Amino acid sequence: METGLFDVLGPIMVGPSSSHTAGAVKLGNIARKIAGEDVKQADFYLHGSFAKTHQGHGTDKALLGGVLGMSPDDEKIRDAFSIAEAAGVNYAFHIADLGDVHPNSARIVLQDQQENKYELIGSSIGGGKVMVNSLNGMHVEFNGQYATIITSHFDRPGVVANVSSVLSRHGINIAFLKVFRQLRGSEARMIIESDQTIAPYILDELKELPDINSVVLVDL
Amino acid sequence: MYQYSSGEKLLQLCHDQGKDIAEIAIIAEVENSGNQKEQIIDWLKDQIQVMGDSIKKGLAQDIKSIGGLIGGNACKLQKRLESGDTFCGAVMLKSISYALAVTEVNAAMGRVVAAPTAGASGIIPGVLIALQEEKAYTDEEILHAFIVSGAIGKIIATNATLSGAEGGCQAECGSASAMAAAAAVYLNGGGPEQCLDAAAMALKGLLGLVCDPVAGLVEVPCSKRNASSVANALACAEMALAGITSFIPFDEVVEAMFKVGNMMSPALRETAGGGCADTATARNYSRMLHERRD
Repeated sequence: METGLFDVLGPIMVGPSSSHTAGAVKLGNIARKIAGEDVKQADFYLHGSFAKTHQGHGTDKALLGGVLGMSPDDEKIRDAFSIAEAAGVNYAFHIADLGDVHPNSARIVLQDQQENKYELIGSSIGGGKVMVNSLNGMHVEFNGQYATIITSHFDRPGVVANVSSVLSRHGINIAFLKVFRQLRGSEARMIIESDQTIAPYILDELKELPDINSVVLVDL
Repeated sequence: MYQYSSGEKLLQLCHDQGKDIAEIAIIAEVENSGNQKEQIIDWLKDQIQVMGDSIKKGLAQDIKSIGGLIGGNACKLQKRLESGDTFCGAVMLKSISYALAVTEVNAAMGRVVAAPTAGASGIIPGVLIALQEEKAYTDEEILHAFIVSGAIGKIIATNATLSGAEGGCQAECGSASAMAAAAAVYLNGGGPEQCLDAAAMALKGLLGLVCDPVAGLVEVPCSKRNASSVANALACAEMALAGITSFIPFDEVVEAMFKVGNMMSPALRETAGGGCADTATARNYSRMLHERRD
C-alpha cells in the first residue's frame, strides 16, 4: 500500500514507544474482541524484547489496558493495573520463550466468567502495527487493520461458499480471505478482512450456517 | 495524478501545476486514500491540537518518566527563556523547550502525536508551535506547514525508513528534523526548492546518528536529541532561506541515509547494545533497574 500522510503524521498515542506501547494495546484490544468483554483472568506471556523491557515501556500496562478496552491514545493506560483491580479482573505477567517469533511478541490467555479460555499469540511489528499469528492454538495471520471476521468451522465442502454468499448478499466486499486448518475434515478457520463495517445481524446470519461453530468480529 | 515518491517528482508537480508542496500533498492524499479533503484536514487539525496539548502538559506538570531518567527539563528551559538571559533567542529556546516537553510527556505514558515516530515526537511540534507563537502564523499556515512536513516524511518512508530499529536515530530524529526544517522554510515563504534544500541539509547534519537508548528506554538520549534536532532544523531552515543550497540533492541524501542505516551494526539500532547505552553509567543504571524489579 502507498505510504500516506496518515502513516508519517501520527498516530495519536500514549508513549513511549509505538512498537512496545501502541502495538501492545492493539494486541490487547484484539484479544478482548475474541474473548468477549467479561474477562475474569488475563495472563500475558512476554517474549524477547517485550520480556526484557516491558516495564520501562509500559508494555505490561498497555497489554492489560488493551484487554480492558482502552484505545492506544487513552491516558488511563498508565493506571491499567488499578483499573483492572477495581473491575475485578485478575492479571499476571510471565516471562516466556515463544520460540521462533518476532522479538516483540506476547501470548495472551484470557478467561471469561464462564471459565472459557481464549489464547492468542501476536507480535508488534513496528509503528504500532501488529500481526496475530495464532488463535486458540491454530496458526492464523491477520493484522487488525480491517474489519476482520474470524470463523471456527468444520473443514467441509461449501462452507467458504456459503459464507461468501451471505457477505455478497449484504454488499460486503471481501478484501482478503484466508483459510486455515489443522487436519483435513477437522476444525478450521476463515479470516475474512473487509474495508466495510460488518453489522451484527450479518454475523448472526453467518452463525446460523451449517458447519459453522463460531463467528467473531475484530473491528478496532 | 498528483502522486510523488521522490523530491524530484514533487518539485516537478509543483512547477507543472503551479502549486506549492502543501497543495500537491493534500491532492495526492485525497487521490491515494479515497477520503474527502475535509476529512483529511479535520484529522490533521486534531493532530496539531494534540501536539499543542502535549506541550502544555509537559510545561505545566511535574512529570517523571517511567524509567525516572527525565522530566522537568522543559520547565527549566522555560525559566531561562523568561529570565531573558539567552544566547539563542526566543524562537530557539521555545522550540527546544517544547521538544523536551513533548518527549517528557511521551516518556511518562502521556498522549503525543507520533509524527513521524513516538521517539522523535518532539521535533515537529517544537518547531511549528514555537514559530506560531513567536511569529504569529495563522492556524491555516501552520496546518499547511504540517502537511509540508508530512510530504517530506512520506518521501523518506517510501525510499528509506523512519524506524530507529532499521536505520538508527538518523531515521527518526534525522527525518523529523528534515520534516521540520522544510515546514519552517514554508512558513517563511520559501519555495519548494528551498524546502527540499532545508530538508536535505537537516538530514545531512544528522546522518549517521545512532539509536542507543539507555536500558532500552525512550528517555536518554532520546529527549535531548529531540532538542538538538530542533536546533538543527532551524539552522538549516535559516540557511535555505538565506539562499544556501544543498550540494547533494534531497533524494540522494535520503538514499545515503538508508545505506548508512544498513551499514550500521545492530548494536546501534535500538537494541541498547552500543553508544550511550554501552557506557559505565548506562550499564550501572540498567543493572539497578533490573534489581529494583526483582
